[in-house]
Amino acid sequence: MSAVIEYAPLLWQGLLTTILVAVLSGALCLVVAFAAGLARLSRHRFISWPAGVFIEVFRGTSLLVQMFWLFFALPFFGIQLHPLTAAVLALGLNEGAYAAEVVRGAIASRAKGQTEACIALGMEPALRLRRIIIPQSIPAMLPPFGNVMVDLLKNTSLVSLVTVADLTFRAQMIRSSTGQTTAIFITILVMYFVLSYLLTLFTSWLERRYALDRKALAAQRKESQLMKVGAA
Amino acid sequence: MIWDNNFAVSVIPLLLEGLWVTVKITLLGTLLAAVLGLFFAILRRLAIPVLSPVVSFFVVFVRGTPLLVQAYCAFFVLPAYGLSFDAFTTGVVVIGVNYSAYMAEVYRSGIQGVPKGQWEAATALSLPGSRTWSRIILPQAIRTVVPMLGNYLIQMFKDSAVLSAITVVELMATAQAIGSSSFRYLEPLTLAALLFLAISYPASRLVNRLERRYAPQH
Repeated sequence: MSAVIEYAPLLWQGLLTTILVAVLSGALCLVVAFAAGLARLSRHRFISWPAGVFIEVFRGTSLLVQMFWLFFALPFFGIQLHPLTAAVLALGLNEGAYAAEVVRGAIASRAKGQTEACIALGMEPALRLRRIIIPQSIPAMLPPFGNVMVDLLKNTSLVSLVTVADLTFRAQMIRSSTGQTTAIFITILVMYFVLSYLLTLFTSWLERRYALDRKALAAQRKESQLMKVGAA
Repeated sequence: MIWDNNFAVSVIPLLLEGLWVTVKITLLGTLLAAVLGLFFAILRRLAIPVLSPVVSFFVVFVRGTPLLVQAYCAFFVLPAYGLSFDAFTTGVVVIGVNYSAYMAEVYRSGIQGVPKGQWEAATALSLPGSRTWSRIILPQAIRTVVPMLGNYLIQMFKDSAVLSAITVVELMATAQAIGSSSFRYLEPLTLAALLFLAISYPASRLVNRLERRYAPQH
């Protein structure tokens, strides 16, 4: 355990890097998800087709291959990315492709009457999307988005392989200099677990907060509490 | 010329060898995950004191931590306790155990989906527990689970690239080795990506079709 205590500042820096990578690529993931997901639904083939190719390519190959490609192969085109940039891009685009399917699915499975009502009220397509369709679809997107975000958080460990000094990278460093393998790896396993647990708590809070029939849920909770009291 | 065609063609045989290792890892890993996941799901369902909560926690813990760190743990920590296997075996076990945690959830939902009347009928016929599970519950539960298992198989195929970090010489590690020895990363990495895509895309199409066929009739 002594190595963990001695090298705690290093692990702490690694943790901050991991969180930084997760936040940046999470933001990119959301942008990509909506851009590609909405483009996929477009009626114009020259918009929906490229989005479809993007989604299938990024979902169909490994994240690690994509990250290495951005880091090692892109320089052959004269583009040398900073490791952190390559890592965030790969993570954001990869998880964004998964999340784009969530956006597409949530919007496609919405009640058709809403779109028809918008048309009847003479709303422009852009307004329709912004004020009616997207807000309505968000509660349905939240649970799968939560899964994607937890996945993204866990996959940030892969950035250590393109030399970003995240938690896993620091752990490897400490392991090779102290040899206290067990203590270090158990520590970071627990740290990752706590992070992903906190993220799950946050997303389930969001789910409750933005549930469509919040009032119904609250009433249900009240009732079940009353029943518990009655039973006791 | 950025893309060297002759070089690309010359590395294909090596990459195909790597792909074969990736496929082997995926098949063995899925087999392990499918069996272990079922085992975990049943243990959780039986609600045995101490054991079931421990299994539940293990499943949640494995799902909450990165595959790469788990692989490092198995590769660097276990040999310190006298348990050392070659990289390939370690890789298969790590990815199999990792996915078993996900599959346990899939089986759980499948088992929960079996109507209560089936359990009651088995009790009424006074079937022993083992027969109830093996002849009544599981055959019905697994049917709805098949397409989900297919999805995890494809996911594992792609995730197995992570095992290159613990020196398993699969597709990704092969591409990397070619890149670092020839100082040309573009061709091997691009071809590796295309090989992944060439298998996972048709496979996911197939699973989608299975999904529609096995979907419960509402």
